[in-house]
Amino acid sequence: MTETKEIKFNEETLELVQRIIKRYPEGKQKSALLPLLHLAQAEFDGWLSAPTMDYVASLLNILPIEVYEVASFYSMYNLKPVGKCVIEVCRTSSCWLMGAEDIIKYLENKLSIKAGETTEDGMFSIKTVECLGSCGTAPMMMCGSQFHEKLSFEKVDNILDKLKSDDKRKTYFDAVVVEDY
Amino acid sequence: MGKKILLKHDHVSGIQGYEVYRKMGGYTSVERALKNMTPNEVTEEVKKSGLRGRGGAGFPTGLKWSFMAKPKGVKRYLVCNADESEPGTFKDRYLMSRIPHLLIEGMIASSYALGANTAYIYIRGEFFYIARILENAINEAYANGWLGKNILDSNYSLDLFVHTGAGAYICGEETALLESLEGKRGNPRIKPPFPAVKGAWDCPTVVNNVETIAAVVPIINDGGEAYSKVGIGKSTGTKLISASGHINKPGVYEIEMGITVEDFIYSDEYCGGILNGKKLKAVVAGGSSVPILPADLILKTANGKPRLMSYESLADGGFTTGTMLGSGGFIVMDETTSIVKNLWNFTRFYHHESCGQCSPCREGTAWMEKVLHKILDGQGSLTDIDLLWEIQRKIEGNTICPLGEAAAWPVASAIRHFKSEFEEYVKNPSSINDVKHYFEVNKLEMA
Amino acid sequence: MPKVTIDGKTIEVADGTTILQAARMLGKEVAPPAMCFYTNLKTSGGYCRTCLVKVSKGSDKDPRPMPKLVASCRTPIMDGMEVQNNTSPEVIDARKGVVEFLLINHPLDCPVCDQAGECHLQDLSYENGSAKTRTEFERRTFNKIEIGNKIQLHMTRCILCYRCVKVAEQITDGRVHGVINRGDHSEISTYIEEVIDNDFSGNVIDVCPVGALTDKTFRFKSRVWFTKPMSAHRTCDKCSGKVTLWYQGDEVLRTTGRKDQWGEVEEFICNTCRFDKKLTSDWTIEGPTIVDKHSVISANHYEGMIIPNELTLNDIKKLPLLEKNTDGNTEF
Ligand SMILES: Cc1cc2nc3c(=O)[nH]c(=O)nc-3n(C[C@H](O)[C@H](O)[C@H](O)COP(=O)(O)O)c2cc1C
Ligand code: SF4
Ligand code: SF4
Ligand code: FES
Ligand code: FES
Repeated sequence: MTETKEIKFNEETLELVQRIIKRYPEGKQKSALLPLLHLAQAEFDGWLSAPTMDYVASLLNILPIEVYEVASFYSMYNLKPVGKCVIEVCRTSSCWLMGAEDIIKYLENKLSIKAGETTEDGMFSIKTVECLGSCGTAPMMMCGSQFHEKLSFEKVDNILDKLKSDDKRKTYFDAVVVEDY
Repeated sequence: MGKKILLKHDHVSGIQGYEVYRKMGGYTSVERALKNMTPNEVTEEVKKSGLRGRGGAGFPTGLKWSFMAKPKGVKRYLVCNADESEPGTFKDRYLMSRIPHLLIEGMIASSYALGANTAYIYIRGEFFYIARILENAINEAYANGWLGKNILDSNYSLDLFVHTGAGAYICGEETALLESLEGKRGNPRIKPPFPAVKGAWDCPTVVNNVETIAAVVPIINDGGEAYSKVGIGKSTGTKLISASGHINKPGVYEIEMGITVEDFIYSDEYCGGILNGKKLKAVVAGGSSVPILPADLILKTANGKPRLMSYESLADGGFTTGTMLGSGGFIVMDETTSIVKNLWNFTRFYHHESCGQCSPCREGTAWMEKVLHKILDGQGSLTDIDLLWEIQRKIEGNTICPLGEAAAWPVASAIRHFKSEFEEYVKNPSSINDVKHYFEVNKLEMA
Repeated sequence: MPKVTIDGKTIEVADGTTILQAARMLGKEVAPPAMCFYTNLKTSGGYCRTCLVKVSKGSDKDPRPMPKLVASCRTPIMDGMEVQNNTSPEVIDARKGVVEFLLINHPLDCPVCDQAGECHLQDLSYENGSAKTRTEFERRTFNKIEIGNKIQLHMTRCILCYRCVKVAEQITDGRVHGVINRGDHSEISTYIEEVIDNDFSGNVIDVCPVGALTDKTFRFKSRVWFTKPMSAHRTCDKCSGKVTLWYQGDEVLRTTGRKDQWGEVEEFICNTCRFDKKLTSDWTIEGPTIVDKHSVISANHYEGMIIPNELTLNDIKKLPLLEKNTDGNTEF
């Protein structure tokens, strides 16, 4: 599941890193931590291992513990290996009113895993998340950066099939289709 | 048709792009401000407009701007709060993805008023694709001379950046947002000092909601006075309402403040009535944090007047019989909804999102969730209802930031207005079987 | 100089003084309890909320009362401010709530905790709360972690006061521990097994208000109330060398910084003084340390407490009888 690779950004990404750091006042390079962790997660198998976090710390010239503190605070950072497609299902208020629980159970049954787990083939993980600002088109889930809204079981089936046939790791940097509403 | 100010052009095809936006009159407020007005005059117009912060607290924007400290030689910042994480709220997402240039235009005019030469849009990480939309729009604005050095030869320069969060509701609280902007954990700061004195990187900073900043555009274009004539009383202008839950037409609606709640729920122009012809049971009118009201009290105030969509009318009756406009996240629940279970869902949310800095919120939110869980498990007793009341009372007012209250109010209001439902669950656990299964929380956590 | 009145007592203080500091100047009767503020640590305070007070008058200029209770440790006084601490039922009530919140996940292992007798939470709960908690839910537990070979972290007891993090940030270099996760999952951790290896790291033990960070060279050797504190000093090139030595008989059981009446160390000390100098001949003894009798240990406070199952019956028999001060240590 984890494709072993050297933990180092390529030249192009390193340039981007420098541009990101420049957005913040001089000497305040730590401010770039959140965007850099996103880059690192996308680059290094969808999660932040300790060596990955140490690498980010070295890029920003900060202490490793400063990175662990931050990475463990925010829910979008995965601190353990995840599948290629992390299905993030909203479980909060309006989605719950509109049947989020049924969607979660359906996903769990269909993929034979519980929320918080990854399928054996390393393809899917289910992660329950809080309101994603899509309450008017509830229930909803997100995979990569793509919002999937007004879910039905049928729609979920189609999405999973499509993801499976793509067979690509989804990241927050993927291009998305914006539904017209 | 209601009055539209912000979403006048939201359905014009191509409005996301610079060309169309400009053709529809975009960026004229920047021309006006930079060419014909001093920064103070812009602030004065905003004061005149009566605009109040759209992020939830409703604090007068012009007044907030005038608190900005202006020590010599110290940079100032404007930070746009695009964290939009209050359950039931999705208006900023709509505005940003639909008309990104409106926000950017507002950012330029507002930064000019505040004397900020660098500004940030802090957007929640889950809106990654919207961050891309905004970045595209920012690039277009740079290319057309609206951002960068010496804008319109006015000697005023501004750089604008997008900063993505990474999943934490608390980062919507303005000082937590600033910590997060600085690359730290989203722990709210202890105030004073306030951001207007010591904000981002210890410099004077103003934090405003997306909708607030967008509203600055029409205020400059048409004048503060014209804006103040829209709406009712101290609730001037229009408000974006995110309507969701058991209604026929969920979505984002721009309303003129002062229309009746009844009209908003039942008319075809807005929510279009309750889904499947069911009866209305309760409404959470301003995002999950505000007190829930039963049908009779949301439609009419305690003294029988029709309730209006405005700051004042929704708050009529205080917390005993009223609620708040909050962020405008309007969540409608039909007669089949279990209030206790809905409350558990909300409380679970606050427990999950507490930053954990201060003991009442860290421990209290977890405790309330456990008690609600116990009641829904059929193990509750009448004293548990009193205990819940007691816990929320001990949280409220005793925490570092208002998340404590945000967690306490839903509990207090649910018990206040729906106590019999709690009692029924406790006395007659079999009645809970009618309530859909609810998931076990802790197993779902993903480290 | 601004004037402030706290529980009816008035004092003039320097600009920028906090309510807590002013109250401490006025004395024990009006000083609110403080679990997270620490005079020598910048930006400390504000977290635990035990020091909440009511500001019934903001200042002479703006006499309006403050709408909510405020953390006295982080609120600077204004001229003419009037504050209620023990005289306000609202404050007493809120504080009771805070104590209960701090205790709901705190283990009831005081009988075996080596902080017992100098634990601020223990004192706080007897003085301001009800000693029993209402929660019937399982308490949060964590594994014990060894941080190097001298310090043990028993996270289950931690109240997240952030003091140890600020020590690491402000008086050591290369901080390796911090707060990870969020909400009630927050924990003090090194994230990956890492050793705190620093001349001043031992100070985290002294600032910890509970028994979460303890001196491994002292653990279980004795209960504090059987030891006798002596002020002593030595010439040290890293710190002031001013310490308190805790004796049992002729043996130095442990070394700590010297604490004032608020339980705060006056000066931080280095690890050499703390861990390595355990012979009386290493030190110049000044005399017995005067320790404030603020600890309210007595046997019946342990009524109904659960004896952790890691103890065998034999261990329990070996535990000292709590109500007896057999070694003649009169300070306690
Ligand atoms: C827990 C919490 C969450 C908040 N979330 C948001 C948010 O997502 N968006 C927002 O604009 N304001 C949010 N706020 C309000 C902000 O703290 C702040 O008041 C607001 O950004 C000010 O902008 P305004 O004056 O334009 O409303 C939140 C406040 C709290 C206490
Ligand atoms: S109230 Fe909650 S979210 Fe706010 S600072 Fe305290 S623990 Fe954090
Ligand atoms: S370990 Fe002790 S000093 Fe550190 S945060 Fe916890 S209670 Fe405070
Ligand atoms: S409640 Fe699911 S997106 Fe808002
Ligand atoms: S001592 Fe003031 S909040 Fe902890």
